Amino acid sequence: MDLSAINPVLLVASLMVAATPILLAAIGELVVEKAGVLNLGVEGMMITGAICGFAVAVETGSPLLGFVGAAAGGAALSLLFVALTQYALANQVASGLSLTLFGLGLSALIGQGYVGKKPPPSARLDIPVLSDLPVLGRILFSHDIMVYAGLALVAGVWALLRFTRAGLILRAVGENHDAAHALGYKVRRIRILAILFGGACAGMGGAYISLLRVPQWVDGMTAGTGWIALALVVFASWKPWRVLLGAYLFGGVTVLQLNLQAAGLAIPVEYLSMSPYLITILVLVIMSSHRSGAPASLGRTFHASQ
Amino acid sequence: MKKRTFLKGAAAAVALPLAMTGPAFAQEKTKVGFIYVGPINDGGWTQHHHESALKMVEEIGEDKVELVYQESVPEGPDAERAMTQMALGGAKIIFTTSFGYMDPTINVAAKFPDVKFEHATGYKTADNVSAYSARFYEGRAVMGTIAGHMTKSNVLGYIASVPIPEVVRGINSAYIHAKKVNPDVEMKIIWLYTWMDPAKEADAARTLIEQGADVIFQHTDSTAPLAAAQDAGNVIGFGQAGDMSEYAPSPRVSSIIDNWAPYYVSRVEAAMDGTWESHNVWEGIGDGMVGIGEISDAVPAEVKAEAEAMRDAIAAGEYHPFTGPLKKQDGSDWLAEGEVADDGTLAGMNFYVEGLTGEIPQ
Repeated sequence: MDLSAINPVLLVASLMVAATPILLAAIGELVVEKAGVLNLGVEGMMITGAICGFAVAVETGSPLLGFVGAAAGGAALSLLFVALTQYALANQVASGLSLTLFGLGLSALIGQGYVGKKPPPSARLDIPVLSDLPVLGRILFSHDIMVYAGLALVAGVWALLRFTRAGLILRAVGENHDAAHALGYKVRRIRILAILFGGACAGMGGAYISLLRVPQWVDGMTAGTGWIALALVVFASWKPWRVLLGAYLFGGVTVLQLNLQAAGLAIPVEYLSMSPYLITILVLVIMSSHRSGAPASLGRTFHASQ
Repeated sequence: MKKRTFLKGAAAAVALPLAMTGPAFAQEKTKVGFIYVGPINDGGWTQHHHESALKMVEEIGEDKVELVYQESVPEGPDAERAMTQMALGGAKIIFTTSFGYMDPTINVAAKFPDVKFEHATGYKTADNVSAYSARFYEGRAVMGTIAGHMTKSNVLGYIASVPIPEVVRGINSAYIHAKKVNPDVEMKIIWLYTWMDPAKEADAARTLIEQGADVIFQHTDSTAPLAAAQDAGNVIGFGQAGDMSEYAPSPRVSSIIDNWAPYYVSRVEAAMDGTWESHNVWEGIGDGMVGIGEISDAVPAEVKAEAEAMRDAIAAGEYHPFTGPLKKQDGSDWLAEGEVADDGTLAGMNFYVEGLTGEIPQ
């Protein structure tokens, strides 16, 4: 075993990269669930975003436009969920699951012509002086722009939910939609906006995998990341900073276990492989053990006449 | 009673369209089934099986065979469902193209004695089940030789998929031959427990590169490790299962190509004319089942010549990649000077050779 081969600076830098897709998808889903809607279609929206972003980036040559396309693609797919749950008042669990299955198929169909292509490279941030700082430079100032976008999104969502009137209304809709309705808030409209936001975030998370982390297109390449994001929201008790912590923890242990394997640590590989799931769940469950913060109207169907 | 009536009804409903289309199509066309572990456009393993299947159809004739396939079938119980469905759908011969389909194939084959099954990379056979595999380790020997010469950091990275003998053989073969030309090399191995997960493969490749590896071997199926190598610069890798030539001349400096088409043609033809018999074959470079992709200009001419000489020697049967003296990882003797490993040991290989670190997950 040679632990000196593991460079902690690179480790932290790559855990931020590994965590970003989960973070983006999870923070979007958090907003959706705060509005009282349970959308299990995160995986489907992610993979759709992955191919939409990939296609747009390849066609336009701009990774940034790719992410815009990915957000649009994810949001477009979530419109289907909107139609099913907000207009047809279908069951949210079943609709979400079907959204995932549909998204996987749809992305494979769109992706037919993009197999084996390479997306345009994304530039890393390179600030003179700051990026050259010994340790902090690599960790803080030399990532691609989406890593920062993810962090900004967490901060934004946290501030919105905590300090603004819009955040208060969103939470009211999620806690008690009948009361919110009685107060004159447009429950359905607010929920639709939240679902679209969630779809856009999931789409960008997917595109992060297809445009930056891998980068190429392969069918089903999100490989369950959406489900992890979904679980993370619950384990983080619907709190934005805990979502960040959970995502970094998951990404961190994932990268760390690969590093430990490569360094030849004498722990059986099976334990290392399951450690990201185990440790993330354990930490977040312990943190949220005293009380569950689930929005009271989560998953319940709302209709103004009832 | 009700259940039985329903089953009868269902059977009739299934039989009816079959009976109607039967005389028109099924009797003239032989249905050939393929079960794939990944998507047909993974750029590697499954794509090559599928391309070989398409070549087989082209060669035998579209008027004679009909190809049916199912992609991304999980290894395990669900595979039995997919195979059963295919057999019920009238397939005469079914190719199951991943190691994890071995037991499901044997189980399903027992229920359909008239259907021929061909299982890739396993070792179990039955009256109507053949096993076929390629000696990928011969290709790994050539890649290992190139790697040993090309590495500057003397650290090689290996992205391993699932702990089965085929993967262990590949690791041993690559390591032995890198070590032979460069005694200072060490190999870092990461097990991913998947054949195909581009994000994990990319993470693993980056980790290995961060720990100093400048040559990346992969036994997983996507091109993600090559993309990571390209991103890092000064790191080389090899195409796996497919040529992956879109990453040539560097980072992809050569590749191991699976060429299943001739085998598929001969087996489907045998099934059609009734000469099909169960067998267990293992073919290598010499038989054409394993191909070595063109060695790119990123490799110095003398290294290229040496690698090609090894390829030709293996093809001619003059050299066996597992030739003694070789010791096992624990230091015990395995092969004496000049002794060649027998196929039985290779087929069940579950140990590292001397010099490799870490343990094989059991």
